[in-house]
Amino acid sequence: MARRPEGPPPPPTVQKVRIHYTKRGRLRFSSHRDFQRAFERAIRRGNIPVAFSAGFNPHPKVSYANAAPTGVASEAEYVEIGLAMRCDVKQLAAVLDESLPTGFDVLEVVEAKEGSLADRLEASAWLIEFPGSDPAAVDAAVAAFLAADEVQVQRMTKNGMRHFDARSAVVTLGPVLAGSPDWQVAERAVGAIPAGCAILKAVVRHTTPAVRPDDVIYGLREISGLTPSNPPRVTRLAQGPLDTQTAVIADPLDRDRDVITSTS
Amino acid sequence: MPGASVFPQLEALLPFVTKPIQYVGGELNSTIKDWDTCDVRWALMYPDAYEVGLPNQGSMILYEVLNEQEGILAERTYAVWPDLEKLMRKNHVPQFTVDAHRAVGDFDLLGLSFSTELGYTNMLTALDLAGIPMHAIDRGIDDPIVVAGGHAAFNPEPISRFVDAAVLGDGEEAVLMISAIVRQWKSEGRPGGREEVLLRLAETGSVYIPAFYDVDYHDDGRIRRVTANQTRAPWRVSKHTVMNLDEWPFPKKPLVPLAETVHERMSVEIFRGCTRGCRFCQAGMITRPVRERSITGIGDMVKAGLEATGYEEVGLLSLSSADHSEIAEVAKDLADRYEGTQTGLSLPSTRVDAFNVDLANELTRNGRRSGLTFAPEGGSERIRKVINKMVTEEDLIRTVTTAYANGWRQVKLYFMCGLPTETDEDVLQIAEVAKRVIEAGREASGMKDIRCTVSIGGFVPKPHTPFQWAAQLDHEATDARLHKLRDAIRADRRYGKSIGFRYHDGKPGIIEGLLSRGDRRVGAVIEQVWRQGARFDGWSEHFSYQAWADAAHEALSDVPVDLNWYTIRERGEDEVLPWDHLDSGLDKEWLWQDWQESISGAEVEDCRWTPCYDCGVCDQMGTSIQIGPTGQRLLPVTVVDPTPVLATEASS
Ligand code: B12
Ligand code: SF4
Repeated sequence: MARRPEGPPPPPTVQKVRIHYTKRGRLRFSSHRDFQRAFERAIRRGNIPVAFSAGFNPHPKVSYANAAPTGVASEAEYVEIGLAMRCDVKQLAAVLDESLPTGFDVLEVVEAKEGSLADRLEASAWLIEFPGSDPAAVDAAVAAFLAADEVQVQRMTKNGMRHFDARSAVVTLGPVLAGSPDWQVAERAVGAIPAGCAILKAVVRHTTPAVRPDDVIYGLREISGLTPSNPPRVTRLAQGPLDTQTAVIADPLDRDRDVITSTS
Repeated sequence: MPGASVFPQLEALLPFVTKPIQYVGGELNSTIKDWDTCDVRWALMYPDAYEVGLPNQGSMILYEVLNEQEGILAERTYAVWPDLEKLMRKNHVPQFTVDAHRAVGDFDLLGLSFSTELGYTNMLTALDLAGIPMHAIDRGIDDPIVVAGGHAAFNPEPISRFVDAAVLGDGEEAVLMISAIVRQWKSEGRPGGREEVLLRLAETGSVYIPAFYDVDYHDDGRIRRVTANQTRAPWRVSKHTVMNLDEWPFPKKPLVPLAETVHERMSVEIFRGCTRGCRFCQAGMITRPVRERSITGIGDMVKAGLEATGYEEVGLLSLSSADHSEIAEVAKDLADRYEGTQTGLSLPSTRVDAFNVDLANELTRNGRRSGLTFAPEGGSERIRKVINKMVTEEDLIRTVTTAYANGWRQVKLYFMCGLPTETDEDVLQIAEVAKRVIEAGREASGMKDIRCTVSIGGFVPKPHTPFQWAAQLDHEATDARLHKLRDAIRADRRYGKSIGFRYHDGKPGIIEGLLSRGDRRVGAVIEQVWRQGARFDGWSEHFSYQAWADAAHEALSDVPVDLNWYTIRERGEDEVLPWDHLDSGLDKEWLWQDWQESISGAEVEDCRWTPCYDCGVCDQMGTSIQIGPTGQRLLPVTVVDPTPVLATEASS
């Protein structure tokens, strides 16, 4: 006879919150699974009243979205959790931040309004550093990449080598100046960016198959022979709804906040 | 600058390696202390991959014990995978600690934790990457003192040329004693150089310094004698035993890694030692006598550990957890305390006993019951008498029936192959047992889709056990026997997929056997095979039997012994064994007598419940059995409050 859990089912979700967090410093080398484990432990350590699924093996109600790849730093990661008791979002942010390892820093928690978070994450902005590369060569590679209709790249996946186009998902690709706002955001994630380093910003639409910053770098190499002597370091600057006219990525939590900030 | 971080150089390599997170440190509850304000600095190495080494209890305990002391600093280092090793060599990045990424060569001491002999080649990689001379004899005053500990250090002879010192037994007090000696010597301005500090360690009688002993051999290759070549070194070195575990509640704040490891839970050691007397079990023999942590001590450690880590599961560990004198109370009280908190409790006990099933039921009151593991170890009743595992087939069937009747769907059974006096019949009996288990399970559960997995490994005779004289079964015979068993299990269609079969081929066991019972001459084999690229020998994808066999052939060519001599040869009563000068407390005569009795199948009781039978340990080490019952209970007042401070209003 099959056993069934005794007692009432676990309490339902009464509040959904969305969390904006980072992946900074050494933690850029964490994988998405590493974050998941750390996050679920932080929930327990912080005694946060997360809702659980029913059954013998209840799991906390957490929806992860679109994590940055292993090795890539990020100032713009998002996760949504269901709570079994209503919480003050400011306090929740403080407790979670305290319970997570330094580097997974909680920047903001908002109560979710309607609409799916995952759907709002239409595109990402990536900052790519090319330490030790000649800026002129980087510029030339960018020009060639943008001029092409299609840039075929390949990537090893679980199902073997995949070939796909990396060009069409790229909305914009261009240089970033030292001291600019984007540069400042990236420095928060990775620490000092070496002086004189060629830096690019790529705004890339989320597509299937996903075009990741690695693929853009690979594409630059394919099209122009640009071979960085050191591995480029990448930071996700933002992800969210994309304004196709201006190529600006809005804050995906704007629609959950009471005050809608403008995205000019 | 000594103690400087090498992280910037390392960081540039990490994008090219698999699972880079294992090299960056930053684990919750890890400690970084100021280099300059500490005068004794330990690098602790678990010589295997991070995923295996990080959760290792022994290393975690020592890390915390040392870091709690003022002026002492301990950082951790693990074996790097070959992909990173290659890059480190190319870019001149030294072996580093994961805490502050300091070069291992900068430390005063390098403490290695050898749970298994298969980590020896990884030690050589680390020494080499650290720039520490591989041979102890070539090291200078500024090189770290290389100390081996862990169970394999009970016979450190095969690695005697690589280590400066070895410690037998519990490390908690030993590392503090060593630290005090090193501190004193340093504060005096390091008089007498490296040799003096090693002599001071040797003088304690409980730190083995291989260089202070000479080994002579007979013409036939057997050892003639081992003698101290320094008057300050004792003729025999004894093991350490920590008494009163409640005074050593470590780890208090278990490390929580970011990377995934083999053991995704928190562990509390509920007792140390085991006196069941299984004749093959080195862990049991060398950790005598039994010392229990009290029920309240366990309760406190579980509570503190959960709060410090956020783990969702706690393992109550020991060599035979169901044997704790108050285990029923521990299980019930903890299950009460954590009811409704999504905290899992587990007991890795494998004794075949229906009481174990009751305990497991208690710990999974409202949780999933997937699998239970039992270790009858021997397939037939006859062989179980030989190894002193007193379990009848009826016990086993009764136990699994209880398990299946209580909703457990899968039972795993652990066995060994190649035990002394074993024949094909003993091993083939396992197939019969498995079938009976399935029959019993189908009847008890009323379901067809229950499972039984048979897991079987080759037996490796170990030092300081009654089987230390035994001939190991050669790998061809082991494999042949295992294949017969596999065929017997598969032959009967009625059981089809209900019986799973997992086995390992016999070759790795032969190398483990060489390293376990080897002497100083085996050091040349380890060095040779490492030079030819051997790494991570505990991993089947990295292990090469051929490389080891070739290395043994070459490195032993000018001595009258070979791989077979070390492994499949039975030793005589009078033979000097390589570890005879290392005292685990066990009386050699008692071990020999037990070895003789095993052959006739005579059983030994557990000295916890019957009078002491003088194995020698308590007398020799000045220890005694420490067990309850204490009669105390865990109070429910300390129940973890499920109402979080955060909530602004309760749910309806
Ligand atoms: C009993 C045991 C278990 C028990 C209990 C574990 C426990 N108490 O920690 C159970 C069944 C739960 C278990 C589980 C596992 N185990 Co286990 N286990 C053992 C065993 C036989 C003894 C370990 C033990 O008693 N630990 C208790 C601690 C406190 O003692 P200790 O580690 O020896 O350390 C003390 C001293 O030795 C000394 N010391 C140690 N290092 C040093 C260093 C210096 C410098 C000094 C001075 C002293 C010193 O001080 C320490 C404190 O007193 C070892 C083999 C062995 N012979 O060591 C395998 C072993 C460690 N386990 C192993 C494995 C693989 C596992 C599992 C991953 C299995 C699995 N797949 O789930 C899990 C992981 C558990 C974990 N936390 O790491 C492997 C590790 C293989 C490897 N490549 O290193 C081993 C080596 C067995 C083997 N040969 O395969 N295990
Ligand atoms: S000396 Fe006696 S009491 Fe102590 S472990 Fe040996 S048999 Fe048990």
